[in-house]
Amino acid sequence: METYGWGRFPKTDAEITAPRDAAALQAWVRETDGRAGHAIVRGAGRSYGDSALAPQILSSRYLDHFCEFDDEGRLRCSGGVTLGHILDNFVPRGWFLPVIPGTRFVTVGGAIASDIHGKNHHLDGCFGNFVESFQLLLATGDILTCSREENTEIFRATCGGMGLTGIVLEAVLRLRAVNSSAIRQQTFQAQNLDGVFGLFDANPDSTYSVAWLDCMARGDALGRSLLFLGEHASATEDGGGPAQKRDRQSGASRSVTVPFTTPAFLLNKFSMSLFNACYFKLAANRKDKLLDYAEYFFPLDRFLHWNRLYGRNGFLQYQFVIPQGQAREGIGAVLKEVTEQGKGSFLSVLKKLGEHNDHYLSFPLEGYTLALDFKYEKSLPRLLDRLDRIVLSHGGRLYLAKDARMSKDTFRQGYPKWEKFIAVKRQVDPDCRFASLQARRLGLCPDAL
Amino acid sequence: MQRVLIAGAVSAIAKEVARLYASDGAQLFLVGRDSAKLKHLADDLTIRGASGVGFSTADLTHFAEHDSILEEARTFLDEIDIALICHGSLPDQQACEKSFKLTQQEININGLSVISLLTLLSRIFASQGKGTIAVITSVAGDRGRRSNYVYGSAKAMVSTYLQGLRGSLLPFNVHVVDIRPGFVDTPMTAGMKKGPLWVSPQRIARIIIKAVSRRKHTVYAPFFWRYIMFVVRIIPEFLFKRLKL
Repeated sequence: METYGWGRFPKTDAEITAPRDAAALQAWVRETDGRAGHAIVRGAGRSYGDSALAPQILSSRYLDHFCEFDDEGRLRCSGGVTLGHILDNFVPRGWFLPVIPGTRFVTVGGAIASDIHGKNHHLDGCFGNFVESFQLLLATGDILTCSREENTEIFRATCGGMGLTGIVLEAVLRLRAVNSSAIRQQTFQAQNLDGVFGLFDANPDSTYSVAWLDCMARGDALGRSLLFLGEHASATEDGGGPAQKRDRQSGASRSVTVPFTTPAFLLNKFSMSLFNACYFKLAANRKDKLLDYAEYFFPLDRFLHWNRLYGRNGFLQYQFVIPQGQAREGIGAVLKEVTEQGKGSFLSVLKKLGEHNDHYLSFPLEGYTLALDFKYEKSLPRLLDRLDRIVLSHGGRLYLAKDARMSKDTFRQGYPKWEKFIAVKRQVDPDCRFASLQARRLGLCPDAL
Repeated sequence: MQRVLIAGAVSAIAKEVARLYASDGAQLFLVGRDSAKLKHLADDLTIRGASGVGFSTADLTHFAEHDSILEEARTFLDEIDIALICHGSLPDQQACEKSFKLTQQEININGLSVISLLTLLSRIFASQGKGTIAVITSVAGDRGRRSNYVYGSAKAMVSTYLQGLRGSLLPFNVHVVDIRPGFVDTPMTAGMKKGPLWVSPQRIARIIIKAVSRRKHTVYAPFFWRYIMFVVRIIPEFLFKRLKL
């Protein structure tokens, strides 16, 4: 059937198998003739491009069990459990995920495979930093326990390894104790790019920070932004401890579904400018407020299937990071290129990242990351190629979880540890049975394909 | 706190129902075939907030064991507030047409094993003088279709049985719910091509919980199957027999 990632570009014909449990998945891997480059695991399908696409997709949807939880916040659960389910179950008991992305609809396996980051990356690092160990089903059908002490190389390759080393059957995560499920948010207006960089630099200790950027603003207002800082509220502010039932389904309860794919022309320069300008002006008045955590972390989750707004051809999210020293210049150059081309990004998100970890293909670098959404159209690939050159020349790289089109060279320049990754790949999957369309494009199966 | 017995607990729909009850702090007793899977699910339910989870391994086509299973459940739960029967299998219709033995097996699983449990449960519930018995049947039981009539007739048998049982348990303040799901995307239906009428087991589970708490009689899940099956039932037989449904 026709299958695609969250960006709905590219689309491919895939067969999807959803084994009923880990044993069935293992049996499938053991008993099915493994053609090279044939199969890839897929969690919730929230990576944007082609990293969970292959002719044969193995869905982790039935690997959805909580297995063990202790008083210190250590959770062992299956790889297909979504972060939303973890939050629904544990926030009312006073536990929080240490790293939260922009959507609740991603799986633990996916979070490990993309080594996702959140609004607290500058202080706490990636999701993988809070994974103690996991059980990895290899292409041979064997199951391996990996941690920082055991099978260290495979652990480092798997966190951020886009599912190419194997399938995460179970993982042990460390949750974090909180006193409240509410987030105290402070909003700051920045009139341009220098302003927002200054604000990030002035608030290095803020637990959560992220900026929404008006990508339609030009000239002196280039990089006009709203910075959102967040702290966990104290129990007294929340008006009662964390064990409140109302938090259980937060986010999902007040959601709106985009019922069908809307024509792409509705998202045009005019509508985007209007939205961005209104958003900037309206938000400025509300400087301080207490939000439910879902409102702070997952504003877009309220719009189910929002990816349909970009029309039939889908969209690409272009997310890159540029190291600290060159970030201001590099991001300015990218924004200038985008606005000069008259291309807009409906939503643009800027975030300061902390130090990178030792996972081979993990995305974050100490510096700034910017994510831009572009609806797919014929002229887009050329623009993105130009942006690639700007990013690379400033020492940056692109996020694999969002990528659908970068070249092998762009990848290798951005990720200097790619050879280490391939060495592990050769060891755990010599025939390259597990390969996404992305892995083929990026040359991550050098021997078999 | 509700005390819930679930037969066929590892099936996709049952698992989701159990999770909803667990997060409300229920005490659960699970019956299934595979003890490793039951243990796996029991751990999951405990973490989600169940105040107690017990389980027993059984092949429910061995009718003689039903008595002792229910005894175990009663020992664990003390009283049973809700009994939910979810087990079943989706037969290969064409294979059944060639083999009565296979047909018999399927009717045993989908029909007679349920009726055996219901016979015992109705005595237990009548003596308790309260509680709800809910059974997952199927829209397939509403009319025999050539593509699926072994499954359909077994489910129809159960539905008809439930109608009678509902009346006979009325004096004992025991309620009987017949849940008829349409297409549900589960491992049981993995081989079937999916379309817009398909729904997730989570959605069916929410419907079941609501139906039980509101003491509904016959529930189509989701609701639109009531209208679809109304149309399917009124098609005249001379036409219907020609349809490849």
